[in-house]
Amino acid sequence: MNAPATTPRKINMVQAIQLALDDAMAQDASVLVLGEDIADAQGGGVFKCTAGLSAKYGTDRVKSTPIAEQAIMGAAVGAALGGMRPVAEIMLMNFTAVAMDQIVNHAAKLRFMTGGQTHVPLTIRTATGAGFGTGGQHADYLEAWFAHTAGMKVVAPSTPADAYGLLLSCIFDDDPCVFIENLPLYFAPGEAPQRGVRVPLGQAKVLREGQDVTLISYSRTLLEATAAADALAKEGVSVELIDLRTIAPLDMATLVASVGKTRRAVVAHEAQVDFGVGGEIATRLHQQLFGRLLAPVGRVGAARSPVPFSKSLESAFLPTTARIQAAVLDTLK
Amino acid sequence: MPETSTPSRAELIEIYRIATLIKCADDRFIELIKAGQIASPYYSPRGQELIPAAISVNLLPTDTVVTTYRGIHDQLAKGIPLKPFVAEFMGKATGTCKGKGGPMHITHVASGLPVTTGVVGSGLPIANGLAWAAQLKKTGQVTVCNFGDGATNIGAFHEALNLASVWKLPVVFVCQNNRYAEHTKYELGTSSRTIADRAIAYGMPGVEVDGNDALAMWSAAKDAIARARGGAGPTLLDAQTFRFRGHLLGDDSHYIPKDEMAAAQAADPLPRLRAWLIAQGHATDAALTDIEQTNQVHFEEAVRFGLDSPFPDASELGIDVLAMETLA
Repeated sequence: MNAPATTPRKINMVQAIQLALDDAMAQDASVLVLGEDIADAQGGGVFKCTAGLSAKYGTDRVKSTPIAEQAIMGAAVGAALGGMRPVAEIMLMNFTAVAMDQIVNHAAKLRFMTGGQTHVPLTIRTATGAGFGTGGQHADYLEAWFAHTAGMKVVAPSTPADAYGLLLSCIFDDDPCVFIENLPLYFAPGEAPQRGVRVPLGQAKVLREGQDVTLISYSRTLLEATAAADALAKEGVSVELIDLRTIAPLDMATLVASVGKTRRAVVAHEAQVDFGVGGEIATRLHQQLFGRLLAPVGRVGAARSPVPFSKSLESAFLPTTARIQAAVLDTLK
Repeated sequence: MPETSTPSRAELIEIYRIATLIKCADDRFIELIKAGQIASPYYSPRGQELIPAAISVNLLPTDTVVTTYRGIHDQLAKGIPLKPFVAEFMGKATGTCKGKGGPMHITHVASGLPVTTGVVGSGLPIANGLAWAAQLKKTGQVTVCNFGDGATNIGAFHEALNLASVWKLPVVFVCQNNRYAEHTKYELGTSSRTIADRAIAYGMPGVEVDGNDALAMWSAAKDAIARARGGAGPTLLDAQTFRFRGHLLGDDSHYIPKDEMAAAQAADPLPRLRAWLIAQGHATDAALTDIEQTNQVHFEEAVRFGLDSPFPDASELGIDVLAMETLA
């Protein structure tokens, strides 16, 4: 591990992920990395998140695989059962669908189905997000599938520092974690993390305190949410902005404390609204704060359609700053 | 396949003990289900007993076995303790999985049984991972992965064989080829002439073996396990057998021609092995009868233990879901 003094003050999310993997592998010989093209000879990962790892830790621990998501995930589940801490890269979140049997029927359930004899300390790193013109099969946000499955943890950082700290937590957690990376966020610089410091799972972060409305978001949509909060501040609306960071388990304590104060809330995410994380949060807020809410909890997300290719469709599809702003203003009517 | 040696007398007797213990368990579970004392779907392994029995005498206690919902024969052969095994079958709190697995998912990590899957073909990719961990840790452990002929038509089989071969994993794939995938006979669902032929595509040995012949099965298993343990990589065993009691208890095997079933039952591997052991002078009739009776006594003790055990408390629903149950 490099001395903290040599770490630059700003890094991007790709660098943060590289750093977390590097630090985890240096710290614990049971940490393994596998996935398509991830070793240096194959390019160090299609997004370079694993660059340099095979040179440093060898191709036994940093293993490029065939394009075979069931085989990747099965090998990761089995290695986890065999006492290792595998980090499986599924290049794009849509491809988790190919490995769903291993994730949902096995990784998520083996602890329970064996009565606690086994557990699956597995991290699934996977990237997604619209904006690069990849169309309908390379950009979906599928976090609700996993959050809906008992036995899974789901994490979606929005900053390089959180990506570093949350990835370390996932790797050293004893349950299967899905770690969602956003493609457009990969190269956005942010504050560098403190080396070796983990961000605990299941803890949301209040980014900005406010009085009028709580705006809850995560992953890339935090950018639009932040812009919306800035614009609203100019109109005299005080927004409390929360980065969920971990989707499951959900940090209701932080959400209830905030919404208990503001009495209004909007959830914004890139996944489509229907049957989504926003619906779950809204329901829980309504259940816990029914008499205190001044307006129904608002939800903003993608349209109910596959991710489109054409730019004109894409901007209509995504949750924009303007739509988030409008949803916040709706709660103030 | 090099037949370099034959099993010792002690190994032959052990194979017989295991095979008859499996039959005893199968008979008794069916009685208990029919009597209403156990409520569960049940997938009988009757007819396939010699495959795991002959494999198990070649395994070390630290080796791992992955199996399927038709798996009690594999679990008993690996040496699962009878009382918590039967209790798990009954869904009791004293079961190996506290009653949370049930007959389709019995596991016992201490016996080398970490994964029993209810999904056809899903065990193979996981067996690779167990073998990969052993390879990295240089433990010398071998993973044996059992599945049926039906599983060789699902994608996971092909992805797993390919990866195991590329990574030279210490794994033995055992196809318990009983010729019927649920109700569909081999030729209607499987394009290759044999299951063993499928190994050619993945650059590993594919070995056809009579799974109902203790000597042939012992020899094939010994070679494949030695190859895996020696670092030479995986083997696909195509162990031919038959399934006497349907896919699921209660199905009447109407899809199996009567003469095919009659011929298979006439060649029942258990009485065949029994007669052979006596004819070869390996054991007396009385000694084998003693083994069978001892099995029954032990199994009956386990049944009593299971019946007397409590069902799990409803609070168990919130336990073993995650490592940390403090956050909802």
